Amino acid sequence: MKRTGMRASFLVLCAALLTVSACTRHSGAPGVTPRAFGTALVSVSGEKQFAGVGSQLEQPLVLQVNDAKGVAVAGALVRLSAAGGAFATPREGLTGPDGQFTATITLGGAGGHYQIVASSPTASGQQIFMRVDESALGYQEMLGAKLNEIHCIRCHDPESTAERVSNMDNLTAKPHAFTDGAVLNPMSAADLTSIISHGGVAVNKSAEMPPYGSMLTKQEIAALVAFLRAVADPPYLAQGVNYASN
Amino acid sequence: MSVRGRIAAAKAFLFGDSARAFGTLSLALLAPLTVVPARDYFRDWRGIQKQYLQLIHGRNDAPALARHFQGGVQQIWLPEIGVVDRCTTCHVGLKESTLTDVRTQPFRPHPPVPHSLTEFGCVLCHRGQGTATSVADAHNSSSSWEEPILPARYLESGCGQCHIQPLTGTPKLNQGRELLARYGCVRCHTMRAPDGTKRTGTDEPPSLEHIADKTSREWIAAWLRDPQAYAGSATMPNFQLKDDEIRDIAAFLIAQSQPYRSQKASEPAPVPSQDDAVIQQGASLYGESFCASCHAVQNAAGLLVGGNLGPELTRVGSKVKIDWLADWLRNPAIYDPNSAMPHYRFDAKQIGLLVTFLSSKTDSDFTGTAKAAAAEPKQIERGRILVIERGCASCHAINGLKAPEDFAPELTEVGSRPLSRILFAPGVPNTLPDYIAARIRDPRSFGDTLKMPRFSLPQPQVDAIVTALLAQTARAETLPASMRIPERKPSDYRPAGRAGKLMDEMRCFSCHIINGRGGTMAPELTYEGTSVQRAWLVNFLKNPNTLRPALIRRMPRFNVTDAEANTLADYIMTAWQTPDFEGDASDDLRFTAADVQSGRELFYNKYACQSCHIIDQSKDKGYVGPTLTQVGSRLTAPWILHWLRNAQTLRPGSLEPVWNMKDADARSITAFLMAQKGAPVKEAARK
Repeated sequence: MKRTGMRASFLVLCAALLTVSACTRHSGAPGVTPRAFGTALVSVSGEKQFAGVGSQLEQPLVLQVNDAKGVAVAGALVRLSAAGGAFATPREGLTGPDGQFTATITLGGAGGHYQIVASSPTASGQQIFMRVDESALGYQEMLGAKLNEIHCIRCHDPESTAERVSNMDNLTAKPHAFTDGAVLNPMSAADLTSIISHGGVAVNKSAEMPPYGSMLTKQEIAALVAFLRAVADPPYLAQGVNYASN
Repeated sequence: MSVRGRIAAAKAFLFGDSARAFGTLSLALLAPLTVVPARDYFRDWRGIQKQYLQLIHGRNDAPALARHFQGGVQQIWLPEIGVVDRCTTCHVGLKESTLTDVRTQPFRPHPPVPHSLTEFGCVLCHRGQGTATSVADAHNSSSSWEEPILPARYLESGCGQCHIQPLTGTPKLNQGRELLARYGCVRCHTMRAPDGTKRTGTDEPPSLEHIADKTSREWIAAWLRDPQAYAGSATMPNFQLKDDEIRDIAAFLIAQSQPYRSQKASEPAPVPSQDDAVIQQGASLYGESFCASCHAVQNAAGLLVGGNLGPELTRVGSKVKIDWLADWLRNPAIYDPNSAMPHYRFDAKQIGLLVTFLSSKTDSDFTGTAKAAAAEPKQIERGRILVIERGCASCHAINGLKAPEDFAPELTEVGSRPLSRILFAPGVPNTLPDYIAARIRDPRSFGDTLKMPRFSLPQPQVDAIVTALLAQTARAETLPASMRIPERKPSDYRPAGRAGKLMDEMRCFSCHIINGRGGTMAPELTYEGTSVQRAWLVNFLKNPNTLRPALIRRMPRFNVTDAEANTLADYIMTAWQTPDFEGDASDDLRFTAADVQSGRELFYNKYACQSCHIIDQSKDKGYVGPTLTQVGSRLTAPWILHWLRNAQTLRPGSLEPVWNMKDADARSITAFLMAQKGAPVKEAARK
């Protein structure tokens, strides 16, 4: 009699614990309910930026939810998630009247590429996904970024700003933008180092690229190469087999 | 069997006779002794080292990695800098360059940095507990942990403990320190570098001793309410004052003001024209005088266009009085002897045009139209108390008030402030960086009575300031002095004599750096006398035509006389010479036509100089460097020769790459460049 009583009270306790845990899980679930549904997620701006490790990206990420006709949907739910310590603020929310959802992205603590996964539920209860790439620069890449701003950007960046007019159009051999992964990824680090140190002529390319071997130290040139690799699009994948799949 | 019977049996089994009792007691004593080795066996690091061995197993670089691997607790011990770091016990692969494909912690190799692990250890930069041997103790996790690992976004603060001088690789730290100096933080908070030198501000908060001559009470009130509403770029923070406080402070500031001139200006103040055509003429003169090199104005799209050396002028017409503006344009030094603004020597007509244009830049939304009622003595007295309470005199000179010392808490060791001494506002995570960031973002959330104003800074700037503040550690002061990279001592170079006086009037040092002193907007002129030809210089001083067509910021015309231009040129040609040239810089270099021809070949083909410089306006397009169409009339041959070998020794920071050119090549290109004479330069009469 005593035993059955104990067993019964144990069962009741378990049930109570389960209910409590279930309830807490419930209350942790998203409180935002979509008012509308779309069928496609598109990125408006804020893709492919870079910043120092752990830093917030300068421009916010703006995504838009469209319906089947390609018209922006207001009130659709967008959720953002990322691995490796990167996160979005806010992590989820509804699209505004213009059908857009804006969030700031903070990168994780390790250098490298980060993928932000955006998802939005459709009317049928399925999820649509979209992936956005951003990259985080470690010390070496950051140093490269700064050197790029001083020495390289005037010719290698087609964009002009009020303070800096691009010189790219004035050159006969058009320099490659440093984000041009299609061209730069296949080039070995040794080749890139050689071009930077000895100029374009070192690899039978245009003399318009001057030699920087006497101006920059070996470490600085390595930093520039690391920067190119970090911002390459498509992303640069290190040579060889990737052993650490975990 | 009953319970009692069982107990009796057990007793008999364990303590039946003396031998049994002895054995039982011995075992009971031994049991706790096994706990220590057992706990040691299950320490975090053993499991992690096992994982590492599994990770490297089967890689092609496994033999080398296994050879480098040392089991057991590892330690970096550097007594001089107080480092006892056992981090390498678990972070086994830190120095393995072949592990770059490993992204998981704790086995990631350390990214390349200029310092070696064995010389500096880990916690000096990353914080955390170096002596700990468990994951949680080393890194933190629980709240209110005194020395948690530093979040990656503030990592550059580690560098700032030794590097007082800005580093190329630490943009965030540099930016943070620049902001602390530019936003006047260091004027209220004492902040010392580890070598004991006090950090100083780079902002020049205006003196308020003559403010009534410059602006109105209404403007002061509107400005105090929200400085950023007047100019988005204003560095003065919002003191979140109540309306009556604003009224009283404005009343006091006007009341304490004294005239800046003992007598009225001799010339009558111009009457600004309302005619659009005249305003347009003023705008043209504003453009021709390159006011935009230093002053910004918001354009129709709301973007700021112009430099940031002087204040933004978008709504200047709502601020300044006409008399003051005209007098200021005549000679700024009369109102503010320390102003960075040059004495332009405008004539009366030019001043009229500029006054017309600038006073047309009004914004009635900002000041409103209501005139303030006359101030009562009680209000003025209360304003005085408020000004003292808020510490206004820390930044601004005010008649009758001294700058308070140590007005706000000292921040020299803010980066190692113990958490136990911090009161966290609700909702702020219990870590030091989060606390500092919250204090900067919204100081009043820590209490309504706090005096600190609110700076509206975007998140990246807050991060930068937090980084700079976290570098202010107690540890930095205990590090050996030999590790410190001190800030370059500011030079107090001041040219003497008549030329020096002219240079002071034209404020050459506001833009040009000369012998270590001056601003960075314009090229360094330390060796200008070696670099240029005298005739060109005189002409340039009288009429600065631009050398770089792509530049927005340019040297204005100071309306100097022939005599003044010659005085300046005499001084520059004599004093600003490089000591490094062998022989005399004016040594005649003789070039033949063949030299010029081969120079042309080298210029266009081997070195492709046309990528950045223009020689022939019709086909060359590069505009990174200055235009060289008349370089033969501008530069001296020895300068060009040395420049082609190594421009960095002549003008550090120049964009010109170090060519290390062979002597023959450099000579030929110099010949070619010296042949580019352009239009003949008329020499100004020497008087």
